[in-house]
Parts: sequence; C-alpha cells; structure tokens
Amino acid sequence: MMKFEKLVKGGLAAVMALSMAACSGSGSSADTSTPAANDGAATDAAAAPAETTAAAGAFKLGLSGPLTGGASVYGQAVKNAAEIAVEEINAKGGVQFELTMEDDEHDAEKAVNAYNALKDWGMQISLLTVTSAPGAAVAQMYQDDSTFALTPSGSSLAVIYQDATNAANPYGNVFQMCFTDPNQGVASADYLSANPQLGSKVGIIYKNDDQYSIGIHDKFIAEAAEKGLEVVSDEAFMGEDNDFNVQITKAKDAGADILFLPIYYQPASTILKQANDMGYKPTVFGVDGMDGILSMEGFDTSLAEGVYLLTPFSADASDDLTKNFVSTYQSKFGETPNQFAADAYDCVYAIAQALEAAGCTSDMSNADLKDALVQQFTSMTFNGLTGTDVNWNTSGEVSKAPKAVVIENGVYVGAEG
Amino acid sequence: MKTNKNFFAKLFTREYRSRLISFLIIILGYIVIELLMATGNLSSMFQSLLVPVTCYIVAALGLNLNVGVSGELNLGQAGFMCIGAFAGVCISGALAGVISNGIIRLIIAIIIGALLASLFGILIGIPVLKLQGDYLAIVTLAFGEIIKSLINNVYVGFDSNGFQFSFVENKLKLAPGGKALISGPMGATGTQRIATFTVGVILILAALTIIYNLIYSRSGRAIQACRDNRIAAESVGIHVANTKMLAFVVSAALAGAAGALYGLNYTTLIPSKFGFNLSILILVYVVLGGLGNMTGTIISTIVLVLLPELLRGLQDYRMIIYSVILILTMILSNNEKVKTFAAGLRKKLTRNRTKEAAADE
Amino acid sequence: MAFLSYLINGLSLGSVYAIIALGYTMVYGIAKMLNFAHGDIMMVGAFVAFFALNSFGLPVIVSVVLSMLATTVLGVVIERLAYKPLRQATSLSVLITAIGVSYFLQNGAQLLWSSSTKVFPSIIGNGSLKLFGGQLQISYLTLVTIFVCVAVMVCLTLFINKTKTGMAMRACSEDKGAATLMGINVNSIISITFAIGSGIAALAAVLLCATYPTLSPTLGSMPGIKAFTAAVFGGIGSIPGAFLGGLLLGVIEILSKAYVSTQLSDAIVFAVLIIVLLIKPTGLLGKKLSEKV
Repeated sequence: MMKFEKLVKGGLAAVMALSMAACSGSGSSADTSTPAANDGAATDAAAAPAETTAAAGAFKLGLSGPLTGGASVYGQAVKNAAEIAVEEINAKGGVQFELTMEDDEHDAEKAVNAYNALKDWGMQISLLTVTSAPGAAVAQMYQDDSTFALTPSGSSLAVIYQDATNAANPYGNVFQMCFTDPNQGVASADYLSANPQLGSKVGIIYKNDDQYSIGIHDKFIAEAAEKGLEVVSDEAFMGEDNDFNVQITKAKDAGADILFLPIYYQPASTILKQANDMGYKPTVFGVDGMDGILSMEGFDTSLAEGVYLLTPFSADASDDLTKNFVSTYQSKFGETPNQFAADAYDCVYAIAQALEAAGCTSDMSNADLKDALVQQFTSMTFNGLTGTDVNWNTSGEVSKAPKAVVIENGVYVGAEG
Repeated sequence: MKTNKNFFAKLFTREYRSRLISFLIIILGYIVIELLMATGNLSSMFQSLLVPVTCYIVAALGLNLNVGVSGELNLGQAGFMCIGAFAGVCISGALAGVISNGIIRLIIAIIIGALLASLFGILIGIPVLKLQGDYLAIVTLAFGEIIKSLINNVYVGFDSNGFQFSFVENKLKLAPGGKALISGPMGATGTQRIATFTVGVILILAALTIIYNLIYSRSGRAIQACRDNRIAAESVGIHVANTKMLAFVVSAALAGAAGALYGLNYTTLIPSKFGFNLSILILVYVVLGGLGNMTGTIISTIVLVLLPELLRGLQDYRMIIYSVILILTMILSNNEKVKTFAAGLRKKLTRNRTKEAAADE
Repeated sequence: MAFLSYLINGLSLGSVYAIIALGYTMVYGIAKMLNFAHGDIMMVGAFVAFFALNSFGLPVIVSVVLSMLATTVLGVVIERLAYKPLRQATSLSVLITAIGVSYFLQNGAQLLWSSSTKVFPSIIGNGSLKLFGGQLQISYLTLVTIFVCVAVMVCLTLFINKTKTGMAMRACSEDKGAATLMGINVNSIISITFAIGSGIAALAAVLLCATYPTLSPTLGSMPGIKAFTAAVFGGIGSIPGAFLGGLLLGVIEILSKAYVSTQLSDAIVFAVLIIVLLIKPTGLLGKKLSEKV
C-alpha cells in the first residue's frame, strides 16, 4: 500500500530534478518590450537570420520590481514608464533596447531569484530594482558579475554602498536616478530653516520599517538640530498601519505648526484627512514620495491645499518633455504618472545617452559595457523629466536640484526660496 | 535462509523503508544537482533557489513534527526562523574578524541559531501547550507576531568592545570600525553570504535523522499517543505537557537552524519577512505533503517553491494561477472519486506485486 | 481629555474590528472553519462601494446595500465552489483552501482594479460633536461606526436566538449529525451563515474605509488578522464575545500606541491576547468545553 505512494513521490522528485535542468536552458523571461523586440526575444536563442534589424543590435535591459503584492503600485509605474521610454527610443533608430522586467514582490529573496532569471535571459544593462531593500540584496551580485545598474527609485544608501552605516565602499557600478534619502532630509531642513514664515515647531510622522523614510528622517533630525529647528514631536508608524490619530494628536498637543511627512503619498493622504477631521491645520511639508497625491482616484484635493513638497518631478509641469510623457502615459495606461514613473523614464534615456556617447554596441561584454557606462555617467550631464544638468559622482549618487512646490487650487506652484 | 529473511524483513519494515527512501531522494537529488551545476546545465535562477529550498524544507520538516506528529497547529514557525536568522547573522558578523573560514562560521551560526530558537521554544511552549486546538494555534500566531515586532525594534552593533544592544530607538554608539548588525526594522544589511547548498543538504539529512529517531523512539510513540488520545495517554502515565514540549522544542530548533542558513544567504534581511504569511506558507508545504509524511513534505516544498518561479512567464497572472492551483489541489486530494480511483490503482499495483512475489517463490 | 479622545478613537477602531470579527465568529461557530479569506471578502466590498460611490455617483445607502449584496453573493459562491467539496476533509485542508481563496481574491483585485491606491470618498461629512466647550471632539463618523456596530450585534443576537433559522444555526453548531436527523438542511444553513457573515463584512468595509480612506487590494489582510484575534479574544463562536473582543482590541491598540510606543503596539495587543487566553483558555466569553473520554 505504502509503496505506491513512495514510488510516485520518488518519481516526482526525479521529474522535479529533470524539470530544473530542462528549464535551465530556456529560462522564463517575461518580455515587456515592443513587438519588434519581442520577436527578437523569441528567436534570439536560435539567432535566426530573419531577426529584425531593430532587435539584432538591441541592448538587453533588465530590472525587477514588485508587480504583485502590496508594493506593486511602484513596480507597475516603473514598468509602464520604462516601456514608453524603450518604445520611443527604439522608434528613433540609433540605440535599441529590449526590456524585461521580473517580479520581485518587494522581497529580498525573490529579488535574488529575479536577478538570476534576468541573468539567464542574458541581461546586459540593468535598472536594478524599483524598491530599496531588494536593491540592497542584489547590488553585490551586480558588482560580482560586473553589470552596470541604474536604479530609478532605490533610494537607500545600502543600494550603492557596501557599508551603508558609514556610507563607505561604494559598489561603483550601481547608480541612482533618485535622490539618496539623506540628501532629501538635509534639503528639507534647510528649506524650512530658510523660510521661518512657514512655522517654527516641527512635528514628524515617519514610517520606521521603510529605509526611504528612515533615511530622510534621520538626516532631517541631524540637520534640524544644526539649523536650530525645533522638533517637538517625532512619531513613527509601521507596515500597513493606517490609523494615525495617535501620532497626529501628539503633534497637535505638542503645538507643532509644521508637520513633516517623509513618507509616500498613500499614508500621507490618510494623515491629511485625519488631521483635517481633528481640526488640526499645520503647514504640511513632504518630500518626493508625496508626489502622486493629487492623482489618487477619489482623493479630495482640497485636503492637500497648501501642502509643500520637495520634488524633482511634477506631472503638471508645462515643459514639452513632461507634457508629452504625461499625455502618452495617460493615453496608454489611464493614470497620471508619479515620480517613480518619471525616474524610470529618465533612467532609460540616461542609459541611451551614455551608450550613444560611448559608442557601445550590443555585442560588447557586460564588463566592457559597465566600464564604458561608469566612465560616461561620472562625466556626463543629463537633462530629463526629473531635473536638468543632472550628474553623478563616482559613488553613484545623483546630484540634481530638488524643487520646492506648494499645492494651490489643486496644482503645483513653484514655492519661493 | 530464515535469519537472512528476518534481517531483510527488519530492514524493509515500514519505518526503515520510509527513512531509507527519504534519505535516498535527498542524496540522489543532491548528486543530480551537483552534476548539473558542474556541467553548467543549471540556470542561475535555479542555483539561487537551492539554498532557500533547503531552508524551507528544514523549517517545514520541523513544523511537520509539530503539526503532523504531535498534532498541534503551530502558526508561528516563522517567528523561530526569525530568531535563528538574526542570531545567525549577528554571530557570523561578530566572528568575521576571528574566523575567516565561511563554512565554520556558518556551522557555528546554525548551531547558535538552533539553540537560541529552542530556548525561545521552551519559554513559549510552557504557556502555549496548556491550550488546545484553535486557541493554541492563535497563541503561536501571536508569539510569532510578537517576536517579529520585537526584532523590528532591536538594534545590535558590534565593535572592539563586543556586542551592543539598543531597544526601540537606535542609540548605538559604535567605536570606529564598528559595524551595525541589526538596525531595527531595516534589519541586517551587508551580511556576508556564506550559506552553501551542501551545508543545506547536510542540514536536511540531520533534520531527518533527528526526526526519524525521535518518531520511532519511546518518546515518539508517546507524542503520537498524546495526539491520538490525550486522556488515554495520560491514563497510561505519559506526561502530556513534557511530551508535547519535546516535539515543540525540536521543531523550533529546526526552524532556528533553517533561519540561520536563510539569513546568511542574503546580504539584506528584514524582520517583516518573517510574518504570519511565511508561517502560513510553511504550513501549506506541510499540509500538501501530508501530515506526518516527511518525504511528502520535502517534495511539496520543492514543488511549491519552484512553482511561482516557473510561472514567471505568466507575469501579472502568476500569483492568481498559483492560488488556483493551491485550491484545486486541496479539493482534488479530498475528493471521494479521486481518492477511490487512487486507492483502486494502488490495489491493482499491490496485487500485481503479490502475484510476482508468489511466482518467485 | 487626551485620554478620553484616545479612548473614543479606540472604540471606533474596535467597532470596525468587532463587525469583521462577528463574521469570523459566525462562520467558525457553524462551519467550524477559520475563514482566512474573510478580510479579503471585505476588501471586495470596499471596492464595490468605492466604485458605486465614486464612478456611478450613487447615494451612500444604495452603495452600501449594493456592496453588501455583492459580498453576500461572493461569500456564497466561494463557499459552494471552494469549501463545500471539503465538508468531510480535515480542518487543515479547509484552512489551506481558505488561504488559497485569500490569495486569489487579492491578486484578482489587483488585476481587475490595478494596485494604484484609491481614496474612499467621505460619506458622512466632516462634522463633529463638541463636548466640554470644544475640548473633546467626536466626529459623527465615529458615532455612526459605534452605533452600527452595536446595532449589528443586537440584530445578530436576536436573529440567532429568536428565529427559526437562528435556532437551526445553533443546532448545526452543536451537532451537525443530530441537526440533520431533525430535518435541518445543514448545507443551506452553512450557506446562509456565509451569506450573513460576508454581507456584514461589506458593512465593516464601508466603515473601515470611511475612517481610513485608502483602498488597495491588500487592505483586508491586516484588519482580517486583527479581527480574527478579536474573535478568539472574546471566545470564538460567541457573538457577544466577538463584539467585546473587537472593542477591547481596538482600545488596547490605540492606548498602547498613545502611552507606550507606536512601534510596539502590535506586540502589546498580542501579549494581552496571550495573557487572557492563559487565564481563560477559551476566550473571555467562550464556552468551557469538557472533554469526553
């Protein structure tokens, strides 16, 4: 009786082992690029002569991000924008891309799997990951395998430094398109101290299981102490928590007239509502994560009236680049792009610019591409959606000017100072 | 002739056979995979799955001892993994300057992880095992969440003065050259990746040895007696609480060892990874593999870890397909028709075999 | 005064937990299964109400009824397709199936409605009751939430104790075999239980989202676990127990956030649960079951 079961299970184990081997050849990539590039992917193993010219010289661009689960909103935004950028660049002729994005569920373990799936696919250049923790988990592997990576939104120091505690030992091959978190904390504190009319007592609500939020928060506190800003309440929340009444009450009772929110726009929208319900109306100051709040479906934008934020990108900007991008994005996906999307769009263009300038071809090895790109990135300047005259230092940190904007009548208006 | 037959009879009794088969599967699988790797036929993605699979197998084997053999629904296995993982990362980080050999450090980390997790197992087991059924399940869930939540607030650093701890707020003041090992909710970063597949396989074999030796011992039979009828077991003089505690602690220790191996396989590790969802995931491996069936646990873990990766081609649809497969498997494996069909098939096969045996004689 | 306002916050949060817990506890009491997909059924209810209110501009009452209808149907369909085939299976198989259903609903919602966060419109204005010369503000929403919770609890208790169906439910909960022999259709009773439990979940969803207005496909998971804890806290299977458990859980959560640490509130909630279960092993209002040999 028992034997049959065992037999079947033994057989299953053998099948599993075989399937592991069988799948090793094909990998299992999920192509998200243009139809032309798709054809290339289908035939690239066979290297058929019928390949389109577009796909023949295409660089294989890979990335991972959360496409399912709680953080998938960021992954989807990056995916959509990167697709648009690749389509536009491919249509222009010149540098050609083939894009693949794998799901990492915002989890370090899955990010490693996703990285290896991309490697099996033959990735040459990477946009690393969408979120920070998975990015920190795979950065070392990118260094070991000498692949160039430019993350759109992995803003933590741990993404570009081996020793994040002391910001030492940069990987050297991993670059960031977004601000590093500390950079934003300092900029926020500087802005507030330079504009005392906004208020003098600061209350903070941050998310303490998010590297992004902690990074900004810690540097803000340090800089605020130096600039003589008074922090009267400093409260945290975690995870999917969406009851902020306690934190808001504490800030209110401490007499904070500025509420600093170094968090993303979803919890921020709840905080704005709960503060409003409580009749508490401080000057709210946010960072780039706050961008996106106006385009949330169903959000009462009057709640965000008078909110200040530092952002490199605003979907309401009137320059042609932003206008074109926003309208393409809206017509394709029915949503307004947020800063994740803008950073991803810029990433693809920055890589294209660097590849063009260095005269790279897609038959170069990953290591050669990396050397050429690192050389370009540390010397070039880039103009994109999220800033003009953007440049990078050798550690991979970006330098661009955060713009302070204030929300008036439901749109961003440049703030003075 | 007769003695010979007895010897074989003993070797091929049910218990020995099931042991033998699971060991053989593991060793065979290991050889096949090593061969594939050596010949370069194993894709990077599958190579990256090897260590986590062994971790999940060890944790699931431990849970099966708890749920299948001892009959107590434990929803907090991830909590013990969490303890093991962060203990392992700390030990390995602290010893990095002293012992340069990764394997030795890994083994020390696994042992410490297992010990610490079993210590917590004893502490938690004392109150938990007083409860029964779903109430016991919810208390294990609660402990799992508490462990996760506490580690979310722990800051550990290591410098020339030894370990430094801090709670809720990061007040660590490390001497120059010091290293933050755990930074609260951000977890451990910059861990040296020293976990290897070979050590993982050895850990599985060790786990199987421990579990089988326990099951087929006097205490093991006592554990099963308590599961089947607590009152009858008590009436024949079995100390129910101690007996159940044994299974609970061994299970926790295995989870701790698995956690240490897991933690040392990634450069970053966050406490929120070890939440309720992971506990449930491990429970799914155990239930699909069959309660009390160790070989089944190993196979179902491999299948279920691989499944989402194999479904990557489906992109956005993969998790929904995964959930449908999960539901269908549960429904089909409990369907009367499928059951009768399988039983009939089994009967047919055994009949053939008895015929063959009769012909041989 | 701060303490009072925290307490009222806690009661409001607790009322939402209590309504979700009522659904959990009913299903457990009758079908003897932990329906881990309950929180996700609630999430579906929240989305239905959101689209009714926001995209079709329906009045609040109509939207709530629509959303309750949707979850009722969903609950019954899930029960028929996924749980009914497992009536004879072990409770663990059913538990795993429920988790499968939960994954299915979450990922299905993400595919259908995308994962970008939506904001639930305000349904009861921003007014608030001012007491003690404006020192203590209680929003009308909080009052409505607490009132609805009490009303649901009272209605359910009356239904279970006074109606014929309710009596049949109690019979099924005591002994399914005997109930069948008395001519009760156990299957339809279980379906009715799922229908009521899921319908109430939609009500909870609307109240939850009115207070905490962000909508995402994972919105049900954390309140789901908390409500499950609340149900066990009060004694799973007991309706007044779920009510009491929910309220206490909400109050403990908010007070520990306010006076101990926002980071440790979850740990404190679970620690209190453990202590209660050690003193009363079947929850606050659970029945003590004597074991038969």
